[in-house]
Formats: sequence, structure tokens, C-alpha cells
Amino acid sequence: MPDVVVRKIATVIEEVFHEGGPRANVPQKRGAVVAVISNPYAGAYVEDIQPFMEDLKPLGLEMAQKLIDALGGDASVIEGYGKGSIVGTAGELEHGALWHAPGGYAMRELLGDAKAIVPSTKKVGAAGVRLDVPITHINASYVRGHFDAMEVGMNDAPRANELAFVLVMSTGARVHDRAGGLSANDIKGEDGLR
Amino acid sequence: MSADIRKIAVWVEETHQEAGRTISPATRKAVAVAVIANPFAGKYVEDLSPLMEIGAELGETLGKRCVEALGITAERAQSYGKAAMVGENGELEHAAALLHPKMGAPLRKEVEKGAALVPSSKKMGGPGQDLDVPLGHKDAAYVRSHFDGVEVRLNDAPRANEILVAIAVTDSGRPLPRVGGLTHTDAEGKDGLR
Repeated sequence: MPDVVVRKIATVIEEVFHEGGPRANVPQKRGAVVAVISNPYAGAYVEDIQPFMEDLKPLGLEMAQKLIDALGGDASVIEGYGKGSIVGTAGELEHGALWHAPGGYAMRELLGDAKAIVPSTKKVGAAGVRLDVPITHINASYVRGHFDAMEVGMNDAPRANELAFVLVMSTGARVHDRAGGLSANDIKGEDGLR
Repeated sequence: MSADIRKIAVWVEETHQEAGRTISPATRKAVAVAVIANPFAGKYVEDLSPLMEIGAELGETLGKRCVEALGITAERAQSYGKAAMVGENGELEHAAALLHPKMGAPLRKEVEKGAALVPSSKKMGGPGQDLDVPLGHKDAAYVRSHFDGVEVRLNDAPRANEILVAIAVTDSGRPLPRVGGLTHTDAEGKDGLR
């Protein structure tokens, strides 16, 4: 099983007080954690890549905990989440898919019994590329106010032989949420959708 | 006049590996960014003192955010820097008013001492543009291992009538410094230079 070799970890927290409308009583927070690791499969086609998913689980948990801490340390205030991966140019898109299990597992593990699918995105890119990571409500994907996204990237990553894995979390709806639809107060939270 | 802050973002990055070598403890940089309304957008105003006051306010707010995000006590801060990017309806001089007259003193309180000049950079720019914040040792500007920089970028700022203001603080120098010069341990830190 390949080692997980971490070169860099970064967190970014945004606190949104307003966007031209009324100032929020509680500012919305959005945060991301990015880990830049060596891609053990860079440069060649490898058929069986699945064992690496298991190896990534501790990194996923470490990242999710770091992000919760950076958002204030209280997992109960997290209402939205998402994940993404960027594959350096010596890798293939499929390597980005290795993040599905460990990234989702880590956030569910630390956020209690989150019901909704974790929205995700992935791409191949070079250092400095930006990834728009989607965000939805952790228990009911259809909550309209929580549809959001966060742009992440790093000037020096991913290099050709690297992978950048991302987790994002938010503490609430868009700051001036007023496009209607299912409200977070009205969800049943049983099927992960409504 | 206090700052009309739309958004605050805090980025922390840790470097665990550089050129294949393990960096232990990891080098760490934090940069805190405030997106504020530009009170003088779209007009020429002679007296910029309100922006100078906002600069003082942000020196404290953003310096504190950096130190908190690094999870260190003030005396463990090693280098710092500041920068501003003015949206298109403003003027470069607005950045100067924020950064130079009054930001330094409150920032120095947050990082303890700070005998050295705070290195700075400024530009006009728009949403999604990179801003490179220069870094230098906080007590002895000639410490060569601590000359560095950190990039910040927000996809939605600064809008035309906004200014993005950034302060960076580290608890370390470059990951593998080996170009000689004055070192952190040999610096006296009295005159701000050596």
C-alpha cells in the first residue's frame, strides 16, 4: 500500500458579514482544507488503485477535524459540506475519484449522522488552478439556501506528481438567502434529500 | 469612521515537505484579509484620514486573526507583511492611507515588539486577482531566511467600490533556508534591521 506523503496543508475560512444587503446577525462562515500529497500512481497507468482509498482515511479525518477546529471547534454548527480533488498533470482524473470514500467518510464521522450525499467535483490541473467546490446541506440536499460553493486553490500545487484533496464546510445559508425553496427549518432529514 | 467589512478570510498554510525533505516542525504562514467598502470610491477626496483610522482598526483585527489562526502566543510570531488591493473605482493612494500611517502600531501589539519595518505591497485590481503579500522578519529586517511572500486571492473581491486589505504573519522562515546572511537566532532585534 502506498504511503500518504503530505507536502502541504492549508485551511481557509471566510466570514461573510453582508453582500450589499442587511448585515447578518450571525455571519455565515465557509471553510476549506486542502492537503497536497504525492500521487503514488503518477506517470503510469495502474489498474488497481482502490487500496489507496483505505490509506487516505486517516488523512481525511485529520483534515475534517482541522477544518472543524478552524471554523470554531463546534461540529454542531456545520450545516453544509462538499469535497473535491485536483489531480496534477502526470496523473489521471480517476485518481481524483479516490477521494470519494475517504473524504465523505471523514466528514460524516465527525459531523454525526449526516444524511445527504456530499456534493463533489474534480479536475486535472496545474499549480495555481482553482477548483469551485460545491456545497449543499448536510442532511437534505434540496435545501435551497444552502446551495453554495467555495473556490479554492494554491499557487504552488498540485505539481505534476501530486494530488490536492479538498473538504469544505459551511455554517449556514448564503448570506442574503431569498430564492425560496425548501428551508432548513422544514426538512425531515430522513432520506438525505428533503 | 469604522470599516464597513463585507467579508473576512483567513488562510493558513503549512509546509511539511520541500524538495523531498521533511520539514519538522512544518513552516507556517497565515494571512488574514478584510474586504471593506471604499468610502471614497468614485471621487477625489483630499483628506484621507478616515482611511488611516480604518487602517489602524484593521491592523489590530487582522493581526489578531493571524496569530489566532496560527494558534501561537504573540512572541512566537517571526515575520510579517501587509498589502492592499483597491477596486477599480478607487485610487492607489487609498491603499497607502490604509497601510502606512496607522496600521503598524496596532499590528505590532498583536505580534509583540515588531522593531522592523512591515514590508508592504499595493496595487489596483479586481475580483479574482492575486495579491502577493511580502514577508520579512518582524524584529530584524536583514534576517535572510525570513524574506518570503504569501499569495492571497478571493474570487469575489475587491469589487469596484471595495478594497481588499491583507496582513500576513508567520511563525517560521522559508522551509529550507540556505542562502546565508543574518539568522533568526543571531538577530538582536533592537534597531529593526539586525
